Formats: sequence, C-alpha cells, structure tokens
Amino acid sequence: MTPVASKIYTDDVSLLMVLIDTNPFFWNSINSTLSFSKFLSNVLAFLNSILLLNQLNQIVVIATGYNSCDYIFDSAASQNHNQRAENLLQKLEDFVHKDESLCRDDSVDGPGFSLLSGSLSMALCYIQKVFRSGPLHPRPRILCLHGSPDGPGQYVAIMNAIFSAQRSMVPIDSCIMGAQHSAFLQQASYITGGVYLKPQHLDGLFQYLSTVFATDLHSRSFLQLPKPVGVDFRASCFCHKNTIDMGYICSVCLSIFCKHHKKCSTCGSDFGQPQTQDSSTPDRKRKTSVDK
Amino acid sequence: MLRKETNGEERRFDRDEEEDEEENDRGLDAWERTYADERSWESLQEDESGLLRPIDNKTLYHAQYRRRLRTATAARVQKGLIRYLYIVIDLSRAATETDYKPNRMVVVARQVEAFIREFFDQNPLSHIGLLTLKDGVSHCLTELGGSPESHIKALMGKLVCSGDASLQNGLDLVHSLLNQIPSYGHREVLILYSALSTCDPGDIMETIQKCKSSKIRCSVIGLSAELYICKYLCQETGGSYSVSLDESHLKELVLEHAPPPPAIAEFAIANLIKMGFPQRAAEGVISICSCHKEAKVGGGYTCPRCKARVCELPTECCICGLTLVSSPHLARSYHHLFPITPFDDVAPTVSSDPHKVPKNCFGCQQSLLAPGNLPGLSVACPKCKQHFCLDCDIYIHESLHNCPGCESFRHSKSQ
Repeated sequence: MTPVASKIYTDDVSLLMVLIDTNPFFWNSINSTLSFSKFLSNVLAFLNSILLLNQLNQIVVIATGYNSCDYIFDSAASQNHNQRAENLLQKLEDFVHKDESLCRDDSVDGPGFSLLSGSLSMALCYIQKVFRSGPLHPRPRILCLHGSPDGPGQYVAIMNAIFSAQRSMVPIDSCIMGAQHSAFLQQASYITGGVYLKPQHLDGLFQYLSTVFATDLHSRSFLQLPKPVGVDFRASCFCHKNTIDMGYICSVCLSIFCKHHKKCSTCGSDFGQPQTQDSSTPDRKRKTSVDK
Repeated sequence: MLRKETNGEERRFDRDEEEDEEENDRGLDAWERTYADERSWESLQEDESGLLRPIDNKTLYHAQYRRRLRTATAARVQKGLIRYLYIVIDLSRAATETDYKPNRMVVVARQVEAFIREFFDQNPLSHIGLLTLKDGVSHCLTELGGSPESHIKALMGKLVCSGDASLQNGLDLVHSLLNQIPSYGHREVLILYSALSTCDPGDIMETIQKCKSSKIRCSVIGLSAELYICKYLCQETGGSYSVSLDESHLKELVLEHAPPPPAIAEFAIANLIKMGFPQRAAEGVISICSCHKEAKVGGGYTCPRCKARVCELPTECCICGLTLVSSPHLARSYHHLFPITPFDDVAPTVSSDPHKVPKNCFGCQQSLLAPGNLPGLSVACPKCKQHFCLDCDIYIHESLHNCPGCESFRHSKSQ
C-alpha cells in the first residue's frame, strides 16, 4: 500500500458509495420502464467516468437485494487496482443468484420492498472505517439508485441511518427509477443535504447521472442542482395509517393517533383528562372554542 | 446509578491506595516512580518496515465501552422522553479557580454548549432553561425553550463570577419554575457545582423535601470535591452525583445526562399531547413570519390550525400555541424505545477456527485478522450471527442504532 505522503488529497477527491437496487420483482414489473441490463450499462459508464475524474476517487458498490445485501465492488481493493467498473458484473451475478435462492415467499404482492436500511447501514459502517484511517481521506457520499417502493416496516431503521449520516455529515443522494416518489429517500436527501432526483426520461439515465451526481462535494457549491420540491414531513397515525397534519402524541411512547383515546395501544398507558388548552402558555393563547 | 455516582471517587481512591503502598516500600517521589516503574518507552514497537507501531489502546477502550454499555442496557426500562431540564451553573468565586484551563467558568460554559447541542439532538421534544448562582442569589439566565440558539447565545455572552453559591436559592427558583410545566413532562435539574460550601437563608433539608415531593430529579456534577449535601440531594430525588477529575472527564460526565434517564412511572402522568405536523411551504411564496415579524420569501412551515408561518421546527406556534413538530423529530427518539441488543464477544477458541469466523467484518469489510494472520478480536450479533470488528460495534451502538446484519436479511429473527 502506498504511504500516505505520496497521496495528495485535494478537496475534490470523493468516495462514492453506490447502492444499487436489484429487487427482481421491481425490475420485472410494469413500474419499470427501463430493463435491468440497460440500467446497468448506464451505471457502469457513469462509474467509469467517476474513476476517470480523479486518480484518487474511490467507488464502492453495494447491492440492495430482496432478501439480502452485500458488497459487490471496491475500487480501492488491491485486486481491483486500475480495473474498470465492468469487473463488478461477475460478482453481481453471483449475488443475484444467491439472493434468489434465499427467497422463501412463494408469491409476492406487487414489487415488494428491498432492504434499503441494510445497505445504508453497511455503507455508513464503511464510511466510518474511512474516517478512522487518519486525517487525510476522500470526502464520502452515498448515492442510492432505487426503484422499489418504501417498506413501512423499515421506517425506524432508515431514520436511524439518516440521522447518523447527518451527524457524520455524509450526504445521501437519491435517483428514483420507479414510477412513484419515495418519501423515505426524499426525507433522507433533505435532512442530510443531498440531491433527490426522479428522472423523467430513463433512457437518458447516463446524462442525468453525469450532470447531477458526478461532481464532488466541494464543487456542488458552484452548481445549480435540482432543488427539493415539497418534502412531505407529515406523519401517519398508528390507528389508520392516514397522513394527518394534526394529531395526538402519547407522552410515554410517542405513538401518533388521529383522535383522542382512553388508552395507548402501543404501550398500554392510561391517559388523563383530554387537555383543551395548553397549561404552559395561558397568556399567549387567544380564547377560542374547544378545538378538536 | 450507583456505579455512576462512585465512578469519580473510585478512580481517586485507587490512586491514593497505590501511592500509599509504594511510598512505604521505596521512599521514591511520584515523579521518580514514573521512570523507575512505568518505563513507557519499552511499550513502543516497530513493524516490518521500521515505522513505529501505534500503541494499542483499542482493547482497553473497547472493554471500558462494553462495561458502560452493559450497565446502560441492562433491561428494557421506560425512559422519560419529554424532558424539562434546568441547568444551574455556579458562578461564585470558586468558578474563577484556574485548575481547569483557563478557568472553571469558561470550561463549564464550553461543556454546557456542547451538551445543549447533543441534548436537542437526542431529545427534540424537550426544553432547557439556564440558571446561575451568584452572590448568594440565583438568577434565570434563559427561559425554558426548545431551540438551542438562544441558550448558546446567552452562554457565550459576558459571564462574571463573584460571591458565594447558594444551593437552596437555586433549588427554590427551579421548584417555582418547574411547577408551571405540563404534567406529562419529566422535571430535571442538572447542577454544575464548583464551590465547596453553600450559603443558605433557611433550612435546605426542607427545600430538598419540597423538590422530592414535586418529583424533580436533581443531579449534580461537582468540580472540586464531594459534598455531603449534594450527595444527599441526589439520593433523595433519584438523580446521580459525580465529581469530575479533569476536563475530559467533565465532558464525559456532562454528556452522560444527554440520553433520557430511566423514568419513574408515577413522576409524570401519561397524557395525549396535541401536536401539529406542518407542511413545508413552496419556494417562491412570500409571507410574514410570526417569529421575526417580517416578510420572508420561500421556505418556512405553515401551522395547520391557524395558518401562521414559522421559520423552524420544533417550535410552539406564536399565535395559537400548538406544538409543531415534524415526523423526523419524533423518529429521533425511537431508538430509545427500540434499542438494539449488545453484541457478544467471540471466544478465542471460536475465533481461531478459520471456518467458523469470516475473514472480514460484515459492516465495513475490514479484516478481522490481527497482523500476521493471527485471530483478531471480533464481536457477533446474537440475532443474525454476523461478525463485526470492535470499531463497528462502538459505532453501531452509539450512533447508528441499527444492526447491519439484522437489517440486511429479510428472514432474520428480528423481522
């Protein structure tokens, strides 16, 4: 391994963690207008262009599967030195076969969700390793190439990963391949300061990737990148799963309800009298009728 | 809790014992002993290319971390998530002592600022207020508020130290201020006490009983020495008392109060709190913001009840008083409700068998072998059985709160 002194880490060196969604149920469904092989050829051209931008740029590819997640490619590993990104294809194929063999569900409704929280957690652990390697290191960022719909059971895990990325100042960029927007990735990009994009014409995917996601973090301050449009921060109530803009929160377990209950269904605490006025700010409130 | 209390004294006690023994044996001064007994230059080693190898503190640090983790996650204990915390800073004559560089007051202000940021990061729905003890009376520096900027601005302003500290006046003021908060909140006080005495107008025992019956949890961090009255106060109210040895120890002790403490169920009545989830306004909209009273373009949030514009969340709407939060703020506290299980150490007999232990850490792909292909230290998740390196273990439990192994397998036991 070359000693650190010979590497000159200028501020435009990046470490790009790419999380590729390989959910077969999504790629084969009507939601996808692009075939997986065309998608891969666009992505490989993009990855090669990143490696060409700077000699010290590093790329790590993690596959987000339906049943599992795994590392596919690391450009800094010794066997991959000076290799092109096409070398990931063999390992990707092995991963897809293994993912398929782990499948236990006989039938799946619709595209199903892929394990984004797993690959985000692995990417963040790798980034922490890079931070620990010393004072000189490339600036990391995460790019999610995602198409599957959001899995509601992953909400807490994805939010934990987002907050950890925010604390480590790692932006999470997202490029959505599917038909509908992903609320989780919109929040991720907003909270961590990344870029969220849902391309209109997926045939030109390489153009979107190279103009929006290829620049390093330092140069982003000089560019006009797509701005977030209407991030929805409203919560869903635990009883009906409807999005609400005013609700009641249990003070013990922070569960959200749309109307007043006698007992919390999550933690079982019994509640006191319904509060019609906040007792903490009596002087600032206007006298209004009982609100609901 | 007991462990936290006696941590400061344990460390000091050990050092005293050691020094007494050796003084009797050899009659050497302490500075001489550092050269005679602890030859620090002998622990340096060179690797194959002649460069110095860094001294391995990793195992020590990791063992200390795991001890802390075990006490913290001993059981699934209910935590008080909505906290109303008053920080009482001692600005008496004792705070001008220079044993902490440049003086105690500056060091305390610095640590409290870091604490406030960490506190709002971990408890976004809670409130902090600041009080000072000076000249025998106690003043309110900032009111209870939910945003860090106003408190930090007050702390960074000019702070003058003089006079005596009065613990009773501080507790009286806190008691009267905390009586006004809603019943579902947990009431806490953190006192950073530098003085060695307290100058009280009445019977402090009565004040302590008053605080105990109002269910206020008082904790003290001492900067000089252990005081009986502080210890009594903390024992009666269920808080923790610790004395710091130096600046880094003070930082550790202060940050220990950032995560929510175990809650005593009778202390706060469970209640449903009405909250609003405002939407973010579109970029080009111009409206008058209710907190700054001036016209602003774009950004901002609209209160769902009265449609006033507010600049940042979480906050209370100035017009109608509704608490406004966004769903990520609630999500920040979920890891306290769903903690992950601590990982188990992998026994050396298992780690030496190359078939049982993978070569790389599951999270960061770092090699789990020590230099020379010897088996290294690793830990494993009890649910998904994946192996991780020690650094990933610390990062996962302190910051990430997700096990990558459990999240990466659809049919693991946790799903």
